[in-house]
Amino acid sequence: MKKSSKLLAILLTLVMVASALTACGGEKKAKETTQQKESTKTEEKKEETSNDQSASNEEEKVDEIYYLNFKPEIAEVYNQIAADYEAETGIKVKVVTAASGTYEQTLKSEVAKSDPPTIFQINGPVGYESWKDYCLDLKDTKLYSYLSDKSLAVTSGDGVYGIPYVVEGYGIIYNNAIMEKYFALPDKATDITSMEKVNNFATLKAVVEDMTAHADALEIKGVFASTSLGAGEQWRWQTHLANMPLYYEFKDNTAYDNSILAGLAANEIEFKYADNYRNIFDLYVNNSSTQKGLLGSKTVNDSMAEFALGQAAMVQNGNWAWSQINGVDGNVVAAEDIKFLPIYTGVTGEEKQGLCVGTENYFAINSKVSPAKQQASIDFLEWLFSSEKGKDYVTNQLGFIAPFTTFEEDEKPVDPLAREVLAWMEKDVESVTWTFAAFPSEDFKNYFGDALLEYVQGGKTWDEVVTIVKDSWKSERAK
Amino acid sequence: MVRQNKKYFPIFVLPTLIAFTVAFFIPFLLGIVLSFTKFTTVIDAQWVGLRNYMEAFSSKEFTNALWFTVKFAIVSVITVNVFAFLLALLLTRKIKGTNLFRTVFFMPNLIGGIVLGYIWQLILNGILFPFGMTLTFKPEFGFWGLVILMNWQMIGYMMVIYIAGIQNIPKDVMEAAKIDGADRFQILRKITIPLVMPSVTICLFLTMSNSFKLFDQNLALTAGAPSRKTTMLALDIYNTFYGSVGSEGIGQAKAVVFTLIVALVAVIQLNLTRKREVEN
Repeated sequence: MKKSSKLLAILLTLVMVASALTACGGEKKAKETTQQKESTKTEEKKEETSNDQSASNEEEKVDEIYYLNFKPEIAEVYNQIAADYEAETGIKVKVVTAASGTYEQTLKSEVAKSDPPTIFQINGPVGYESWKDYCLDLKDTKLYSYLSDKSLAVTSGDGVYGIPYVVEGYGIIYNNAIMEKYFALPDKATDITSMEKVNNFATLKAVVEDMTAHADALEIKGVFASTSLGAGEQWRWQTHLANMPLYYEFKDNTAYDNSILAGLAANEIEFKYADNYRNIFDLYVNNSSTQKGLLGSKTVNDSMAEFALGQAAMVQNGNWAWSQINGVDGNVVAAEDIKFLPIYTGVTGEEKQGLCVGTENYFAINSKVSPAKQQASIDFLEWLFSSEKGKDYVTNQLGFIAPFTTFEEDEKPVDPLAREVLAWMEKDVESVTWTFAAFPSEDFKNYFGDALLEYVQGGKTWDEVVTIVKDSWKSERAK
Repeated sequence: MVRQNKKYFPIFVLPTLIAFTVAFFIPFLLGIVLSFTKFTTVIDAQWVGLRNYMEAFSSKEFTNALWFTVKFAIVSVITVNVFAFLLALLLTRKIKGTNLFRTVFFMPNLIGGIVLGYIWQLILNGILFPFGMTLTFKPEFGFWGLVILMNWQMIGYMMVIYIAGIQNIPKDVMEAAKIDGADRFQILRKITIPLVMPSVTICLFLTMSNSFKLFDQNLALTAGAPSRKTTMLALDIYNTFYGSVGSEGIGQAKAVVFTLIVALVAVIQLNLTRKREVEN
């Protein structure tokens, strides 16, 4: 009796342990079988399409590639693309989207896993520095040869490690309907009659301040939508707006070809255009739809909603914001009324200044996955940016202004802000480079943003802000 | 029977032991090792010796966060326990609806930290709205906001523990004291408090370690604003680890220091309060 109960106990524990272990194993098996099914399907299809391709594929079969997506707003579209691509080629594209503002975290943990992303993205030369051990040289790919302006790519020595896939522009977005209303006001204090005439800071300031005085007549809460300074919502000021003074500062350094290179080489900054930054920032804050003390709780969504609902006439953001504006319930901004204005800060000669055009989205291929997977990943990207179907997705659904020669004139995006960016690029003005690619670190931007919040709330003087910016550039660069 | 239990001990402990090793012990050791290295992902690391620790201690943000956390822990441990104990005293009297009140007070504890943080952010911003301010206006706002949040969340739980302690006090001791002519305050001081010391030990431990480890509430309520002046230790470690590339190792070193501090404080506290426990 005793012996049997002992045996029973041992048996039971063994069963328990075994079931615990097989619980994980079972799933894996199920997955494998489905994968096998898929790959047999693939082979059938391949044989139909082309014989030699299936022959080369037999050496090393790739079932799945993995793309870690940066843009949550278009995550849905990627899932469709993945489904289409799988139907066409049989290769499964796993798309994982990092939540807004957590790309680096997600990438860090995903790369360490046994099934790491094969395609990920870096945000420029600084991002390349931290991921250079993982970036494959893309010099010989077709994707690189498609690039219309080769200087846009992230390079190091002879190698090409990051390929930009979208060109974006930002500036001050304005609602022309409200502007027309202002220009028609009988008692306005300025003699400006169209937005064409607003081509420097002094004019902009005069118009904006007069609009604030007439806010009730214009039925707006403020000229500018809230300067969002909530935690994690400060990027429009600490990154995009901060680009303006530093672009001019680095442009003055003629030892370098462009402002990004000058910025990357700068161990310290003078921040000599700090007053220009203050000009525009004060203008935003003083003519805002929200009073100063409350800006610390505002988010980018709040300000885009204010703009979409017609409560504000202007908002600083980029062409990616169209889907957001359009998606707000009760949106009153018509597509034909939405326009771009460059960010004028009072720098001499800014009449010739255009929008800030550039990118911080570069594809990189993981160099630590198998060569077959690398090739499959490159194939996918080439398909996306050169096949009819892929291009259709890029232009019409992703809304990218893709910097590739494979796109014809009639394959440019239709959304109004993207069109505005293209129009500004064609004008006789000089686009401002995205110099923030040269900012030393995420922390530098955060220190800047934190200081701005305290400045708005009255906790810091402007001089202190300037000191913080200079000091944190120096200390972050030294890291 | 006892001997048999001992014989089966390894078998029965095995599943838990495996889980504990995989989910806790190995990561913990790995974490300590990584704190001596420079790394971007956990699979490639370079040994750098004690440099991470030196940088951790020379960072002003870390010391700021440490002081902020200590201040927060002291204030919230005192307030949570005082209020929880008073509530427990109140709800062990024979008042109508004690069960309902107990449930209501306990409920906040069932809501997750992030959700609570955002809810309280809304409430507090709403209160500050008429004054044209938000929670990020001054670090003091963030501090007291966190204290209020912590109190609201923890009081119910601690109250339940104190109630259990108070209900365990033998009735005869109380009766004897009453017959001897002790007034309410004397009963509280000489009988109730000494006899609930075991509960006090647990409650102090829980509130103290939770105050030190506070993360989600901090992240949701203020995220350190303004200018990282309301960042607590856990959030500072998170910021270091993810905020700037190349300082993952420093974040790891901070985490090790953090573990040591929490463990040290907890051991000291347990020893101090254990001594005051009496047998009833």
